[in-house]
Amino acid sequence: MKVKKKVKEENKKLINFSSSVLAIVAGLIIGFLILLFSNPQQALTGFLTILKGGFADGASGIGQMFYVATPIIMTGLSVGFAFKTGLFNIGASGQFTMGAFAAIFVGIKWGWLPGEIHWMVALLAAALLGALWGLVPGILKAFLNVNEVIASIMMNYIGMYLVNMMVVKNIYDQVKNQSMPVIASANLPKAGLDKVLGPNMNIGIFIAILFVIVIYILIEKTTFGYELKACGQNPHASKYAGINAKRNIVLSMSIAGALAGIGGALLYLAGSGKYLQVLDMIAPEGFNGISVALLGLSHPIGILFAGLFIGHITVGGYNLQLYDFVIEVIDIIIAVIIYFGAFALLFKNIIRTFIKKVKEDKSV
Amino acid sequence: MNIMYFIIQQTMFFAIPLLIVALGGMFAERSGVVNIALEGIMVMGAFISIFFISIFQGTLSGQGLLILAVAIAAVSGGIFSLLHAFASINLKADQTISGTALNMFAPAFAVFTARMIQGVQQVQFADTFHISKVPVLGDIPVIGPMFFQNCYITTYIGVIIFIVAAIVISRTKFGLRLRACGEHPQAADSVGINVYKIRYAGVVISGALAGIGGLVFVIPTSTNFNGSVAGYGFLALAVLIFGQWRSKGIFGAAFFFGIMKTLASTYSGIPVLKDLPIPNEVYKMIPYAATLIVLACVSKNSQAPKAEGIPYDKGSR
Repeated sequence: MKVKKKVKEENKKLINFSSSVLAIVAGLIIGFLILLFSNPQQALTGFLTILKGGFADGASGIGQMFYVATPIIMTGLSVGFAFKTGLFNIGASGQFTMGAFAAIFVGIKWGWLPGEIHWMVALLAAALLGALWGLVPGILKAFLNVNEVIASIMMNYIGMYLVNMMVVKNIYDQVKNQSMPVIASANLPKAGLDKVLGPNMNIGIFIAILFVIVIYILIEKTTFGYELKACGQNPHASKYAGINAKRNIVLSMSIAGALAGIGGALLYLAGSGKYLQVLDMIAPEGFNGISVALLGLSHPIGILFAGLFIGHITVGGYNLQLYDFVIEVIDIIIAVIIYFGAFALLFKNIIRTFIKKVKEDKSV
Repeated sequence: MNIMYFIIQQTMFFAIPLLIVALGGMFAERSGVVNIALEGIMVMGAFISIFFISIFQGTLSGQGLLILAVAIAAVSGGIFSLLHAFASINLKADQTISGTALNMFAPAFAVFTARMIQGVQQVQFADTFHISKVPVLGDIPVIGPMFFQNCYITTYIGVIIFIVAAIVISRTKFGLRLRACGEHPQAADSVGINVYKIRYAGVVISGALAGIGGLVFVIPTSTNFNGSVAGYGFLALAVLIFGQWRSKGIFGAAFFFGIMKTLASTYSGIPVLKDLPIPNEVYKMIPYAATLIVLACVSKNSQAPKAEGIPYDKGSR
């Protein structure tokens, strides 16, 4: 009996995985068609550039891929974690921006901290402020029944304007209309990786992977994680079972916020010459996080690979500009992949029939 | 007095697109399909119709061109929304996922197409649509300067859409069926209503209105389109919920937000507000914070459609 269950479980995983792969293949095919349609001569070279992605320029390309993937893995984890509790955290952008600000603020103003822990404190500050930005919609949802999607969207705008104001007031570089550079000790340690994998490489990707593992354990191996999932799958049943749904909603949103906030810190403390710009624009990393979470099926390990994949083809998109193509084709491909991801049910049925057929053939 | 006229005229520019798009959202959600793709559909409608304007503005101009553009925005929005309808109705997909995909696709498509065709991503157009004064009506004291001077024909299109939408949703057979599909599709099906068809109609209407909304948002505030509608689709979603999925509520919510937004952008012209030592950003935050506070007060008894977001499956009765 147990063996049979295990086989079923494995089948399910295989089916989930292959439906994601099918979606990716469909997205790439449509991307290729768009390239072919807009510039037939260079379509094939362009398409191969996308596929090669981070592997095109040797080690530094891989470093660049990790650099692009790190923040969106964190925002992806944030969105995916909230999904597990049945909440749609569209506010990862605001949490990301708040986290970025907290990290930069600590990075510039708290130079009195010992060098070894300066960046850690900056990360912690980012987590706290991000958590606060997730906490507000969480409380509103749990106690006042405010739709978390709307509350998070409002928090995105409030966070953006607040950060613009705080940057201008405290840590402003007037000439460039952006935040000042952080003190060197606040930047993430490079641990020698930059010599191998290019200048933007640092331990950020490992911190992201660490959080992937932590969230995986939290969701899959703890009572708290089980409660969160139960709330997401059937709020009424979990309430009946004595789970405190309100507490779980608030905690889930706060943890999601902290994850997105750390994402902001990891990007802006990378020492890559990226500064907080004072613009009226919502950070795109939060929305990319939604894509990553959907592509990764909200599973932490899935999110890790989805983030790496999107980082990979984004680097491919930068290289694509060499061939008179526009980088937005990458966003189109990702959108198509997500759209086909929505067809999961259809794909799963196709794959299931296929597996059945193969098995029947074998038994014959 | 002039300041007040100015504020009211500006409020129209902010509130009307929100009103149109949120009404569109109402048709989708009351039929039972969550349409988070409003933002993307707005971008698509605005992009195609403004591209149309930029091509034909040599031969056509003025209100005729604008009305044609509105029609094109509606058609392109409606067609684009079919993708969402197909995924969420036929394939019973998660409606958030396909909505997110559309939101991502539209701006990428707009920027990609614009840059591939004309080299730059901004689509320029000449504003030949501004009406400084409507004949006769513009001369009425008080009301004239409020509503019939310094305006665009899109404002009146928005008001007409509101009246028609309010009547259709609550006074017609189609409206009743649409609402039934959003509340209890099984019951609707049992009396012979084709739930799939009605939901398709709901989503396509929402797409057409969101497409128009995208154009209406861009025309008064800019002379080029840059692949974005500044989050107005998401704000329209907020207005829809704020307005409790009812046309009158949406009207109130859209104007509440419009007035707040106008105050935020024009406060420096208002003597009392200008002298206060409050930074610019705080004013910009006010519309969003106010919406959040109002939502916190009214959300306890939400009147969301009961079957919203749940794919209808004939077999699961």
